[in-house]
Amino acid sequence: MDAMIRELSFAEALREAMGHALETDPRVFLMGEDIGVYGGAFQVTGDLVHRFGEARVIDAPIAELGQAGVAVGAALAGQRPVLEFQFSDFAALAMEQIANQAAKIRFMYGGKCSVPVVMRMPCGSGTGAAAQHSQSMEAWFAHVPGLKVVEPSTPADAKGLFLAALDDPDPVMFFEHKLLYKTKGHVPTEAYRIPLGKAEIKRKGSQLTIVASAIMVLKALEAAEELAKDGYDVEVVDLRTLRPLDTETIIASVKKTSRLMCVYEGAKTLGIGAEIAAMIAESEAFDYLDAPIRRLGGAECPLPYNPDLERAAVPQVPDIVAAARDMLSKRV
Amino acid sequence: MPDAAVATSATGLANLPKAFQVYGPEALKTALKKMHLIRRFEEGAEEQYMRGLIHGTMHLSIGQEASAVGICMPLGDADYITSTHRGHGHCIAKGADPKNMFAEFFGKETGYCRGRGGSMHIADVEKGNLGANGIVGGGLPIAVGAALAIKQQGRKDVAISFFGDGASNEGSFHESLNMAAIWKLPVVFVCENNKYGMSTSTERSMAVPNVADRAVAYNIPGVIVDGNRFSEVASAALDAIERARAGLGPTLIECKTYRTRGHSRSDRNRYRTKEEIEAWKAKDPIQQFEAELTEHGLITAEEIAAIRAAAEAEIAAAVEFAIASPAPNAADLVRDVYTV
Repeated sequence: MDAMIRELSFAEALREAMGHALETDPRVFLMGEDIGVYGGAFQVTGDLVHRFGEARVIDAPIAELGQAGVAVGAALAGQRPVLEFQFSDFAALAMEQIANQAAKIRFMYGGKCSVPVVMRMPCGSGTGAAAQHSQSMEAWFAHVPGLKVVEPSTPADAKGLFLAALDDPDPVMFFEHKLLYKTKGHVPTEAYRIPLGKAEIKRKGSQLTIVASAIMVLKALEAAEELAKDGYDVEVVDLRTLRPLDTETIIASVKKTSRLMCVYEGAKTLGIGAEIAAMIAESEAFDYLDAPIRRLGGAECPLPYNPDLERAAVPQVPDIVAAARDMLSKRV
Repeated sequence: MPDAAVATSATGLANLPKAFQVYGPEALKTALKKMHLIRRFEEGAEEQYMRGLIHGTMHLSIGQEASAVGICMPLGDADYITSTHRGHGHCIAKGADPKNMFAEFFGKETGYCRGRGGSMHIADVEKGNLGANGIVGGGLPIAVGAALAIKQQGRKDVAISFFGDGASNEGSFHESLNMAAIWKLPVVFVCENNKYGMSTSTERSMAVPNVADRAVAYNIPGVIVDGNRFSEVASAALDAIERARAGLGPTLIECKTYRTRGHSRSDRNRYRTKEEIEAWKAKDPIQQFEAELTEHGLITAEEIAAIRAAAEAEIAAAVEFAIASPAPNAADLVRDVYTV
């Protein structure tokens, strides 16, 4: 994309994207809890308040429902709000404004307006923060018509998808897995956009398609390397956007590899994996399957505190490797 | 302030309520016309519902017309309102065309929401109406957000949030007032206290006697007015809107009023007496406004009759327009979910 390639962390890439947006678009403002001098609970907003001032990087009182409504109202009145939920779990408090207002206003008002807000949703387990700070609730939001749901896996994707989300005229739930914030990667300096609704094949393979997003992409890639040692050739599809879902890329990949595994951190039942499995079952790719579709989702329990239990509650690399071996060993 | 001087003939300028002095006879006649339009709109909706031409449900604001019109009088298209499930009055007061409102009621493509919203979601963003709302308290933070946008854009406009007494028990009310107060936003919170959240009276649902008492917690003015008296509502609105435009922050206005119809079409009125309803009907805001205008020599009996007739004709034409309008095409069902 450009000559100068640097390494940034996922958090830094997001901060760079927000800084660019604040610099170039006077309609953009950030709002959330402790995003000012504190720099955000995960230091994502960092020093932005010093660069852009308190009027555009707004420390809001702890009032998630109110904040979400303020973002919706500001969007209707011509601004481009970016709302940070400190933890995506707290969006449960704001569900009314997200699901009843933001998602529906465009439709309910006959398409005569839209609600361009981006809601940033730090999600996921692995930090020992237990049940009310560790959920992966992407499927909650992906189920609501009117919302878009984005979940990047790399710093470069985070920047490009964030800028695209901010350009989007509709509400976008932007999920950021907390364990990704410190991961590093090459991030171009320019202000590029990655279109919403387009998956990316992060690793090409011929025998098994693993569909994942966010941190599960990293785990799937690690598992694929492990499996490669045994001669298995695994393809990893990074969804990047859960809604709209890039069915085309998934179908094409499954037709090529004949096997599909969905890996996701949210509870297994009625989750994103169920949607992808059903979509494949309804598509022409179904006839190509050489093995039953496999879902690896989160355990059917709230996220526990104990580190061993916490690890056991979500798919880990060895789980993916084991499930893949099982699928691949049953040659047709 | 256009023609206040004309208004002195009968009683003298000093005796007039503030709003009467500010607006003058012509604007006040327009206000009366709007109140009649709202009344006739809702009576007309009721009639069409009885005839089976309107489905779903409806929440009528008959008896509450003074607050809608009194509050919206000083507003222009660049000012915003958010409204409630009982929002027909706010909508007409903010400049909506009853034709397109009726068409929405009939679920027609010419309706404000192309038949997707119905009575509870009528909005006209271009004219500053950010929408009625099916969620009690849903519009409060949205109005605060609109006010935040106004401040960020360096405009002098205001946002008004209409809500009911029931909404003041919701978290969204408290979160919204707090944020508006700490950020000194140009927003006016207008509670139409009609004494009942569906069937539950304010006596049973609130620990304080007045919604306006709650303003103390947010260090903003809390003003109580007779919501059935146009002059009182309109005067309070002028003060609060002036304060908001001057950058002094929000005001909470509580209009004490009453809906003479039930909560919605399913209401059998088991929670209140006929006597109570009749007592409030005797304080009808339209009759009171007409009496007050007459008393001050601002209107004649002939003019009142002409205004009533004009409102009736306009509503009759609106119903005809709605009946004649095309229905939406089911093939367009998912058209407006996302921007394309």
